[in-house]
Amino acid sequence: MKLFKRQNNVLPGFGPTLGFTIFYLSLIVLIPLSALVFRTAGLTWGEFVSTVTAPRVMASYKVTFGAALVAASINAVFGVLVAWVLVRYKFPGRKIADALVDLPFALPTAVAGITLATIYSPNGWVGRFLEPLGIKVAFTPLGITLAMTFIGLPFVVRTVQPVVEEIEVELEEAALCLGASRWQTIQRVIFPMLLPSILTGFALAFARAVGEYGSIIFIAGNMPMVSEITPLLIITKLEQFDYQGATAIACVMLLASFLMLLVINLLQKWSRRYAE
Amino acid sequence: MDIKKMTVTLATLALALSTSVTAFAATITLLNVSYDPTRELYADFNKSFAAYWKGKSGDTVTVKQSHGGSSKQARAVIDGLEADVVTLALAYDIDAIAEKGFIKQGWQKELPHNSSPYTSTIVFLVRKGNPKKIKNWDDLIKPGIAVITPNPKTSGGARWNYLAAWAYAAHQPGGNDAKAKEFVTKLLKNVPVLDSGARGSTNTFVQRGLGDVLLAWENEAFLAVNELGPDKFDIVTPPESILAEPPVTVIDKVVDRHGTRKVAAEYLKYLYTDEGQKIAAKHYYRPINTKIPTKLAKIKKLYTIDGAFGGWQKAQKTHFSDGGTFDQIYAPKK
Amino acid sequence: MSASPRTSKDRSQTEPTVVRWLLIAIAVTFLMLFLILPLAAVFSQAFDKGFTVYLDALREADTLSSIKLTVLTAAFCVPLNLFFGVTAAWAIAKFSFPGKNLLITLIDLPFSVSPVISGLIYVLIFGLQGWIGPWLQDHDIRIVFAVPGIILATIFVTFPFVARELIPLMEAQGREEEEAALVLGASGLQTFWRVTLPNVKWGIIYGVILCNARAMGEFGAVSVVSGHIRGMTNTVPLHVEILYNEYNYTAAFAVASLLAFLALITLVIKTIAEWKVQQQLQKN
Repeated sequence: MKLFKRQNNVLPGFGPTLGFTIFYLSLIVLIPLSALVFRTAGLTWGEFVSTVTAPRVMASYKVTFGAALVAASINAVFGVLVAWVLVRYKFPGRKIADALVDLPFALPTAVAGITLATIYSPNGWVGRFLEPLGIKVAFTPLGITLAMTFIGLPFVVRTVQPVVEEIEVELEEAALCLGASRWQTIQRVIFPMLLPSILTGFALAFARAVGEYGSIIFIAGNMPMVSEITPLLIITKLEQFDYQGATAIACVMLLASFLMLLVINLLQKWSRRYAE
Repeated sequence: MDIKKMTVTLATLALALSTSVTAFAATITLLNVSYDPTRELYADFNKSFAAYWKGKSGDTVTVKQSHGGSSKQARAVIDGLEADVVTLALAYDIDAIAEKGFIKQGWQKELPHNSSPYTSTIVFLVRKGNPKKIKNWDDLIKPGIAVITPNPKTSGGARWNYLAAWAYAAHQPGGNDAKAKEFVTKLLKNVPVLDSGARGSTNTFVQRGLGDVLLAWENEAFLAVNELGPDKFDIVTPPESILAEPPVTVIDKVVDRHGTRKVAAEYLKYLYTDEGQKIAAKHYYRPINTKIPTKLAKIKKLYTIDGAFGGWQKAQKTHFSDGGTFDQIYAPKK
Repeated sequence: MSASPRTSKDRSQTEPTVVRWLLIAIAVTFLMLFLILPLAAVFSQAFDKGFTVYLDALREADTLSSIKLTVLTAAFCVPLNLFFGVTAAWAIAKFSFPGKNLLITLIDLPFSVSPVISGLIYVLIFGLQGWIGPWLQDHDIRIVFAVPGIILATIFVTFPFVARELIPLMEAQGREEEEAALVLGASGLQTFWRVTLPNVKWGIIYGVILCNARAMGEFGAVSVVSGHIRGMTNTVPLHVEILYNEYNYTAAFAVASLLAFLALITLVIKTIAEWKVQQQLQKN
């Protein structure tokens, strides 16, 4: 970490702006989140561990993190593809497609949930064609993955897109001149350049999916051990007036979020260094 | 006139206006925190009560409604949602509020009939013509029958469903708790989706077309049929079911702060009047006043929570708390 | 998309035509399934029973009051987070100090915290069983299950949006222009208003509209602190859920279509803002 460099920085306002930033951050984010930790502190370590490792809770981690992993992977593959197509090719409707990528950011999660359930349930627009094939989407872990894919869709596209724009065609041409096939060029030249941004996008999509509640609840079957996500378990604990149990699980999720974000920030640092 | 003077004058004027209004007729706002299926009932009932109270005292009363899962609503009240009255799905949830000191212990004796002005029961909603021939609880555990019910951990209605099935099985010839657990286990094997609330389940059954039978509150089943087409669904009333008593009570701590005790108490008492009972009957609840006509089918045997399970506290602990029978059924086989 | 037409034509010839169209087809199909179909579903369900039913659903008193509350919430939350975003970006982008990475991570935190937790923390503090709930009740101040709680939870979930947008932008622009202005005798605030702000204007707009869209659309966190009192503490997304649970599907989707429409407007402004940001970066 760098040391203070204020002596060669003539810009004013460092003290007040940093002060306000930390004040507001504490007020809105840190103090409220610390309430979570303090509430959990009522439990002994043994109780805490047995609460957050109960079989049903473990199963919900598996479902939540598993589905988020699958969803983020789907987004990584298709996100790169979409980013590539949007930057490199011209086709009618490209501008519209480009703008629509951000829809999951802007569309409220509850609306997304109801809509996805409408489309993918056995009598829905798409679900009715999948049903005869034996594919059940709504009310299965597949439904959870679907909702998570939807909300995570913009991340990979938006992190990869600018990098694809930056790639210099000369590099690819040079590779071709040197006798590399197109596939080799992609493998050896393009893919390594995209990798940091793909990983960042993947991690962002993953982090977002893990915490998602609103859109999933309408389309998950909520079966214990099978399709119950961790945020739902927090709610379930609350409904049983078990605040400490709820906050204990919430703490685990909070820690997971924080660690993931830290990794993302490190990845971004790495990718910046790579760019330079 | 400078601004300060003007503000003072305005304030005095406003004060004068508001006091002059209260001198003639007060405007009172009550908050009724209720569970999901009572939306239509209380929308109707509140209008009727407002008219009644206007005639009786001259005051205008507006009753605000909040609906949601029964336990979630109880928790909101515990966390400070200022409900003057609660009308929830089961006594256990109100007990939880009482435990925190919001209501006097023994609240359930305050009003007649266990403080439940209307009762309901659990019935089956099936597809039109009852293609799977579902008549009784036994039919629900047959292989290939898809049953829709919400998650009893999060839904009050689902707890009634679960206990109804349990009570039925336990009271069959040769029945006992072990047999009942086996029965409920088989039943839950037939459940493809556990929504978090009763309305969610109804939507799954009706809108998504999932399942052969929906276990539902009787009033919910009728509402679904009326709202969504009598040509699509039939209601099957099983010969035996459970007597669901959704209780009501005044939240002492809140009404004392608001100064609304009198009107809140009257509001609940009004549920017991002929008018209130008629509205309950109209919305397919079973009025406790047997003189009020109802269109609902007679049920041969209704088990009660106290009779079959020894009260809600015990039922909750045995079946729905962490590690209870519900959790055991879903626990991974070791 | 800033590439000139000639180069992009050249670029598009790097793959055989068949492969190119195949890739386009896959990408478009993917976007259709995940984006266009849901959007179409919202509008088709909303207009299922005709335009009059649609309008009636929107004119209903509870719907109107939910719209009012949602607008009010956004009106509190966007300016506050805007002010925070600008000050945080100034401190982080223009200065270096130890712990910067940790600070950025903490600012990002609300973005990945489950909405359920975001709502719960405020109940834990301001609820009657929480830290200062009893004191608040004694002084007749209502936070949770009232409008302030909804605003707080919304501020939390939209916390990082403006800051996230501005930090990289201001970092990329460096300090030279501001330093020059200061040397020429401008005061600190003047420098900010005349030099920094015009440079990041579109970045700010971009952050603000995303913040606004999220503020108006938040469901999970608000649901926990709302209390669901009809006509009083229901925001538009909560009202959608209520209507849906009342088997009033057409009305539910009609109100949802408002939010979808808002999302579309957001996307249009965002596209414009993005384009302007690109221009600005190229100019520098």
